[in-house]
Amino acid sequence: MNFGLTPEQEELQRSARRFLQAEWPPAAAHAVFAANHDGYPRELYGRMAQLGWMGVLAPREASGLGGSFLDAALLTEELGRAAVAGPYLANTLAVWALRQVGSGVAKHWLPLLASGQSIGTFAWFEGDSQTWPVALQTRLTLGRFGIRVHGVKRFVLDAHVADAMLVVGLVVSAGRRSTAVVVVPGSQQGIKIRTMDDVDRTRRIHEVEFDGVTVPRRSLIALGTSADRLLARVYDAAAVLLAADSLGGAQKLLEMTVEYAKVRQQFGRPIGSFQAIKHRCAEMVAQIEPARSLVWYAAHAIDALPRQAACAASLAKGHLSEVYVSVAESALRVHGGIGFTWEHDLHIWFKRAQWNRYAFGSPERHRERVAQELRW
Amino acid sequence: MDLTYSPEHEAFRRQLRAWLRKNLGSWRRGQERLDYDDPRRIERAKQWQRVLYEAGYVAMSWPKEYGGQGADPITQAIVDEELVRAQAPGLIGQMGIQMVGPTLIQFGTEEQKRRFLPKILTAEEIWCQGYSEPNAGSDLASLQTRAELVGDEFIVNGQKIWTSNAQFADWMFCLVRTDPKAPKHQGISYLLIDMKSPGIGVRPLVQMTGERGFNEVWFENVRVPRDQLVGELNQGWQVANATLLHERNMLGAATRTQELFAALVRLAKLTSQGGKSVIENPVVRQRLAALAMRVEAVRYHALRQLTDTVLGRPRGIAASVNKLVATELNHDIAACALDLLGSYATQSSQSKFALDHGKWIREFMFTLGMIIGGGTSEIQKNIIAERSLGLPREPRHLPREPRPETGQ
Ligand SMILES: Cc1cc2nc3c(=O)[nH]c(=O)nc-3n(C[C@H](O)[C@H](O)[C@H](O)COP(=O)(O)OP(=O)(O)OC[C@H]3O[C@@H](n4cnc5c(N)ncnc54)[C@H](O)[C@@H]3O)c2cc1C
Repeated sequence: MNFGLTPEQEELQRSARRFLQAEWPPAAAHAVFAANHDGYPRELYGRMAQLGWMGVLAPREASGLGGSFLDAALLTEELGRAAVAGPYLANTLAVWALRQVGSGVAKHWLPLLASGQSIGTFAWFEGDSQTWPVALQTRLTLGRFGIRVHGVKRFVLDAHVADAMLVVGLVVSAGRRSTAVVVVPGSQQGIKIRTMDDVDRTRRIHEVEFDGVTVPRRSLIALGTSADRLLARVYDAAAVLLAADSLGGAQKLLEMTVEYAKVRQQFGRPIGSFQAIKHRCAEMVAQIEPARSLVWYAAHAIDALPRQAACAASLAKGHLSEVYVSVAESALRVHGGIGFTWEHDLHIWFKRAQWNRYAFGSPERHRERVAQELRW
Repeated sequence: MDLTYSPEHEAFRRQLRAWLRKNLGSWRRGQERLDYDDPRRIERAKQWQRVLYEAGYVAMSWPKEYGGQGADPITQAIVDEELVRAQAPGLIGQMGIQMVGPTLIQFGTEEQKRRFLPKILTAEEIWCQGYSEPNAGSDLASLQTRAELVGDEFIVNGQKIWTSNAQFADWMFCLVRTDPKAPKHQGISYLLIDMKSPGIGVRPLVQMTGERGFNEVWFENVRVPRDQLVGELNQGWQVANATLLHERNMLGAATRTQELFAALVRLAKLTSQGGKSVIENPVVRQRLAALAMRVEAVRYHALRQLTDTVLGRPRGIAASVNKLVATELNHDIAACALDLLGSYATQSSQSKFALDHGKWIREFMFTLGMIIGGGTSEIQKNIIAERSLGLPREPRHLPREPRPETGQ
């Protein structure tokens, strides 16, 4: 029994923290809030790629780090702590999916995404929610000359910089509807991208319209039950990574808040000496510390406990997104007026907490999923 | 208990509704942006207040000689209710109407009342509140902005911060230190300062919502005529507190809470998920009903306070309770709306995909700002605990202060 990180994992996390402190200070996160910034800090991503982070989940023979899912979660936690912008999450989910399938197209794209040469993303959800499973409208028509993609996707992460989009749609044949996933190059004719402007500028989401885009038949990477299994696994992965990101962000907010409570003086004493503030800070710790174990467990389950993975992922995502929002709320209250400004760092994490809450299923949906997984 | 309105009040309500039906038209709130970033919006907001004033509906309870109607508090409450019900835009001059105006009626000289009150009503003069400073927020009485009386003028030096609307306000009601040697609550004075005076600098600050709302304001040898002092020299703390009570009642207005809640219910009816209106979802129904209980409590509590006012009963710490309860409730209402919107919750007001014009994420942040402004929830709780319940203050390491210190 050893519920904890290996020395290598501890070192991975420490070095990632040091690296991001130097390469992605809050000023860099502020910069992506400027109106003309496209949200993709290419220079940082160049360095992250050199470190192998874009392919942490890809096997070594596909230019990856061959890391465990827990490794990926630890890295993501650090990216969340630093509020890193750009397509890391999108790309990591695409890598995770491609690594599960053995087809030729997957073999083509996996090393490109893992090495950071290309960026991948999922074009998955439609209409009103990011919950899975959900009824899809997007049609994939298998013809003699290829697959025609027709439909409108929403909440597509980083579509504007994606080289490969993993499009989820329905194949209807002989009255049977099957889920399917195809890889569509971002450069393909017939793709229209419309930005969905979010208050969290560290994330960029889009509506993507596929108007009869045609790709070769070999672009199909999963069909039917294998597609359903694949997507369930990616959904779990997204849930765990968002939980990890939330954990990192909450930790950062706690540190900022405690630091401020020590230096800000009112009534001739540090505000941290008022019990109302002290308890608020202690409450943040009480929320964060147990939640950390939930994230580690969920990440480990993805690799090692497949039957528990879905439940653990939903427990982690549902709970951590509540914790992050609640910690952000407390952080803002303790900061008073200064925290309400655009110039201050706080709003960056505050908004990221909100985004994390609703992306890939709201807490309510994950609670429902937990209840189902536990067969209540 | 008798919950009927007199025939006169009913008639007044009918007449007001008819007026609103006829005149609100293009003034009705569309986009839910309440900020005044753009000079054209400011101009239009002033025009709306003017229109409402000319119809006789602004600050009806003020005395006739200062531009009011001398109306009773119930009439005033009917106006507040009906404006919200009709979704009329808010008033740009509200800090004048609801904060400094009532303070001047109570503490101002006859000359000050005649000079300032009418222009507050017509929106010819917009006011801002110069209380907070970089080192004096919750501990307002530690403010440092200095005013020295030289002949017939005060010379003001120092800095204010978080001054909402200072970027376009014509006047500021401002707390200054006039006796640095006195215990901190006894050396403060309350001045009315012309924002066009030489020596005033204003730097707008962008709020987390992306809007320019509050500002930093600097004073460098700003001259203020002595007759713009409200109350006695060095006795401004008492006047300041009167304004704070008005502010807390304003921020704690039940009408605002009702308005927000009504918008939430509309949202729940209009939003669908998985092809079903979310208001049919049992989880949503539970949450909405739980909020409704709190909203209704606030509404009836306001009616009870209205009766207290009519009967001239003391209101105790009602303002702090109102502020605490309503601002927290408003924030919870906005949080519920975000959950209803789900993946669309964080779409900004600029997004073509935003539902309800991105109203709710802004409202979620803004309501948190209102929990902080006007004295934070912690400060309101301290006031309630110490002044109303008589609980002792937290132990201090410093020499004892001469007065109870619940701050703001
Ligand atoms: C949107 C907005 C608009 C505003 N507009 C104006 C305006 O127009 N004019 C103006 O003068 N001011 C304005 N303010 C300022 C507002 O009044 C102050 O922000 C507020 O009083 C808190 O002060 P502070 O920001 O310095 O926080 P601090 O006083 O530093 O408080 C920091 C934290 O410490 C807590 N704390 C402090 N003392 C105690 C205590 N004794 N016990 C327990 N907890 C304590 C607070 O509750 C808070 O959580 C505005 C603020 C906001 C957010």
